[in-house]
Amino acid sequence: MTLTKEYHGYHNKIIVKRLNTYFNEYHALKDVNVEIPANAITVLIGPSGCGKSTFLKTLNRMNELEPGCRTTGIVTLDGIDVFHRIDAVELRRKVGMVFQKPNPFPMSIYDNVAYGPKIHGIKKKTVLEKIVEESLRKAALWNEVKDRLKKSAESLSGGQQQRLCIARALAVEPEVLLMDEPTSSLDPVSTEKIEQLCILLKNEYTIIITTHNIQQAIRISDKAAFFLNGTIIGSGSPEKILINPKDIRIRGFISVI
Amino acid sequence: MPYWRKCKDFAVKIIIWLFSLAALAFLFWILSDLIIKGLPNITFDYITSEYNEYKGINGIAPMIVTTLWIISVTLIISGVTGVFAAVYLAEYSRPGPIVSVIRFALESLTGIPSIIYGLFGYIFFKSILKLGFSILSASLTLAVMVLPFVIRSTENALRSVNRLYRDGSFALGATKLYTVMNITLPCAAPRIITVMLLTVGRIAGETAAVYFTAGTVYRYPEGIMSSGRTLSVHIYMLAKETGNYDETYAAALVLVIFISLIHFIVNTASRVINAERI
Repeated sequence: MTLTKEYHGYHNKIIVKRLNTYFNEYHALKDVNVEIPANAITVLIGPSGCGKSTFLKTLNRMNELEPGCRTTGIVTLDGIDVFHRIDAVELRRKVGMVFQKPNPFPMSIYDNVAYGPKIHGIKKKTVLEKIVEESLRKAALWNEVKDRLKKSAESLSGGQQQRLCIARALAVEPEVLLMDEPTSSLDPVSTEKIEQLCILLKNEYTIIITTHNIQQAIRISDKAAFFLNGTIIGSGSPEKILINPKDIRIRGFISVI
Repeated sequence: MPYWRKCKDFAVKIIIWLFSLAALAFLFWILSDLIIKGLPNITFDYITSEYNEYKGINGIAPMIVTTLWIISVTLIISGVTGVFAAVYLAEYSRPGPIVSVIRFALESLTGIPSIIYGLFGYIFFKSILKLGFSILSASLTLAVMVLPFVIRSTENALRSVNRLYRDGSFALGATKLYTVMNITLPCAAPRIITVMLLTVGRIAGETAAVYFTAGTVYRYPEGIMSSGRTLSVHIYMLAKETGNYDETYAAALVLVIFISLIHFIVNTASRVINAERI
C-alpha cells in the first residue's frame, strides 16, 4: 500500500495524518492532516503561537528532545513512517532545519558547514572542502565568504549568518528543508535574498516554511496551509488560501494584515 | 529638600562610608602586617632551600612542591569527576527523585566544615583504604570537599551555553554525546577553566583537611604515596611548634601572593571572555 497521492502534478513527499502532539497536559497539535508536495515550497501560515513551529519540529522529531512531549498519528516521508521506521538521527539528516534566529556555531565559517558531514563520518579533508564549497555556493554565500572561510561565523551579518545556516543544513544532503520563520529577524534586503534562494533550492529540495507574513507567503508558495489553534483549518493552492480564502477565519487574518 | 532631610541623608552616607572603610581597613591592616613582617624574610634562598630545624635550614621549597602536587592531583580527580557529574545533571538527567537526592547531597556537602572532611579522610582514605599519610589521601579528601562547588559551577557553565547551538547540532543529526563533546563542552570551556582556577585557590588555602591526611613531614615528596607538608600546614606548624614568627609571616605572605595571583588571573580571564561575548 502506498500513501502517496498526487497534488497538482506534484509527488507528495510528506503525508501527515491525524497528527496530535502533547506537552504533558497541553494539547499543542490537534488532528493535523496535510500533504507536502515534493520539489515545491509549502508555506505554513497563521498567527504566532498557533503551532506552526511545533508542527515543523514534529517532522524532524526535534520535539522529542523536550521533556513531556508525546505524539500520536502518522507522518510518512516517501511512504516510510518517520516515528517508527526511521532512526531520529537518520531522519534529521534527511530533513534539515533552519531556525528563526540565525544560530551559527561559535566557530569558523568552514567548521560550521563541515560540522554536519563530520557527524556522519566524513573525515577526508578534500571531500569536506568540496562539500563546504558546494553547500556555500548553493546557499549563494560562496562569493562573499570564500576568502575568509577560517574567520568566525559570528563576524557575518544577520542575513549572511542565516544563509550560512542554510548552507550548513544543505551540507548533509537533506531531502527536505524545514525553515522556521527564517526571515523574521532579517532586514528586507536579506529577506529577499533568502526568498530568492528558496525558489532556486526547490528544484532540488522539498521546502516547508513557516511565516506570519502573508505577502511573503504569496511571493514564494506553491502550496499554503493555514494554522489556527494547533490545527490546519485550510490547505491548498496559494490562490485558494491566501488570495481568495473562503474560510471566514482566514479572511479575518488576511484582512488585518 | 528640607534642611533636616539633607542632614539625615548626609549622616546615612557617612555611616555607610565608615563601615565600608572599616572592612577595607581590616584587609589593609592584615596585608600590610604580612608584608612588613614577611617581606624582609623572603629571599631566593628561603624559597629554594629545604627546611631542617636541626641543621638550621629554614627554606620552604619542599612545602611549595607538596602544595603543587596536591593541587595537581586534586584538580585531576575533582575535575574529571566534576565534569562528568555536571554533564549528567545538565544534559542527561530529567527532574525526578534521583536528581533531587543528588542536589540535596551536594548542598549539604557544601556546608560541612573542612575539619570534618579531614577526619573523614583520615579514617577512610588513610586508615580503611590504607593509603597512609600521603598526597593521594589528601587529594582524595580535598576532591570530595571541592566537588560540590566544581559540579555546581560546571553545571551552570554548561547550562549557560546558548540553547540554539544545541538545537542546531541536533537538527543536523548529531547525537547527544556528539553535541556535548563538540558544542557544549567547548563553549563552556573558558568558564570551566575559571572554576578550576578558583578551586586551586581553595586547595592551596586548605589546612585542616590536609593536616589530617597528608601529614606534616617537611621533606620533598617522592611521589603520590609519600606524605608531605603543604604551605598552609607549614604556617600552622611554624606558629604552633617553633614560635618563629618571622618565618611564619614569610610563608604566609608567599601563600597570599600565590592565591591573589590566581584570583587576578581569574578576574582578567573572565573580563576577556565577557568582552569577547559582547
